[in-house]
Amino acid sequence: MDFDKEYFNLGVLDTLSYKNTLIHRLDPRTKVIATFAFIVTVVSFPKHEIAGLIPFFLFPVVVFSLGDIPVWFILKKVLVISVFAVFIGIFNPLFDTHVIYDLFGIPVSGGWVSFFSILLKFFLTMCSALLLIATTSFPGICHGLRKLGIPEIFISQLLFLYRYIFVLMEETLRMVRARDLRSFGKRGQGMSVFIHLIGTLFMRTIERAERIYHAMLSRGFSGTIHFIKRDHFGRADFAFLSITGVVLILFRTYDLVNLIGRHAEKMF
Amino acid sequence: MSHHIIDFKDVFFSYPDGTEALKGVSFRITHGESVGLVGANGAGKSTLLLQMNGYMLPSSGLINIGDMELTKKTRQEIRKKVGVVFQNPDDQLFMPTVYDDVAFGPLNLGMSAERVIDRVNSSLQTVGCFDLREKPPHHLSGGQKRAVAIATVLAMEPDILVMDEPSSDLDPKSRRYLMRLLKGFRHTKIIATHDLDFILEVCERCLVIKDGRIVADGPVSSILTDQSLLEENNLELPLTLQETHMR
Repeated sequence: MDFDKEYFNLGVLDTLSYKNTLIHRLDPRTKVIATFAFIVTVVSFPKHEIAGLIPFFLFPVVVFSLGDIPVWFILKKVLVISVFAVFIGIFNPLFDTHVIYDLFGIPVSGGWVSFFSILLKFFLTMCSALLLIATTSFPGICHGLRKLGIPEIFISQLLFLYRYIFVLMEETLRMVRARDLRSFGKRGQGMSVFIHLIGTLFMRTIERAERIYHAMLSRGFSGTIHFIKRDHFGRADFAFLSITGVVLILFRTYDLVNLIGRHAEKMF
Repeated sequence: MSHHIIDFKDVFFSYPDGTEALKGVSFRITHGESVGLVGANGAGKSTLLLQMNGYMLPSSGLINIGDMELTKKTRQEIRKKVGVVFQNPDDQLFMPTVYDDVAFGPLNLGMSAERVIDRVNSSLQTVGCFDLREKPPHHLSGGQKRAVAIATVLAMEPDILVMDEPSSDLDPKSRRYLMRLLKGFRHTKIIATHDLDFILEVCERCLVIKDGRIVADGPVSSILTDQSLLEENNLELPLTLQETHMR
């Protein structure tokens, strides 16, 4: 039943992206640009930075709440892929043993700091990428990318991928179920059956592709796919982009955590 | 508008593997007629439909659509006149959203944006799916997919509507809705199906195809009541005509 679970997971993310909230209503271009700017800014911090990254958590928090996205669902996804980030950073503490902080008497080496910094950056960038997908429909993202100058052929590929991944997965799901219902114990679950399954799926896909092409020809397809413009760049988009821009620059150039700390020190 | 005619003259067709699917098919369908096409599985129904807009060209014989002969050169033109609704809406709806899909045909015809928008809106309203326009096809039910598939073809304003198994996979209510919808169209219609009650309701004329030949052609009232003819073709009396046997 693993396949069922994966399929429904994909479905949840897809359904989320069709909600109707302030964030969902923004032009896809706005969100693509904002997300890209956010990722670049976060990644641009030096490798020992931790305090400077903390204010950036504001961005996902705002999108989570305005976009009405279930936090736990996204966090689980980030956790699953965080294994990669852990492997990238896990050897830093071994290589870089130079002590740079003294935390309540415990010496902290540069390796641990940079490891932690990698994890933070990973968390922030993954969160924002997933939030982009959860708040923007996939066709929306594709149209946004197209208007930002990505070549037509890639966009068509992505759109067909999106359109047929669900069809294909449902087909696979039915085949896997049919196999499971008639295989008792280990027999039927083995590699050879799996290979046949994949082969059949491949053949069916080719046949389907032919039928789709026929359907396209029937409606006058002659090489390029045309779209009608529907999104428009409104005031909300302008406001969202300018606020994001200003905040990103502010967070990047001023060490806010340090400033707040000093003010707090003075007050008491 | 007297030229919405489909004229098949002695059409033969073989698949590349040598299977002879059509063996001398001749018939003439005139403007505004609605015709049911029935026959056993593998009798050649789908092949016949695929000939109508030039996806496959006959090995020999002539096909005239309107006043134009169907050839490799004219088939682009003919596809504007003949709208085909495929059996599986997942094949027909290939664009990411309902709106884009319905706009696909008109945009390919090179129309201006405003006219395309008009056509998309009006054809979606005709099939009652206007509220679904921003949805991706995989969020639609089977009945909705079918209705949208019809809208994609209507948006091109074809003269002739060709449908392959339009009522398969539909629940009774959606099927009833589709019948009402089709009865409202004044296009020339050709409907291939095993759903004989559907034909009884929607069509006036019926063609029976067997082993690549037309074996019967006449008004629905005489063909669909001919029990021996139907049984010879793996068919049976429409359910609505069987009631007397039930009690």
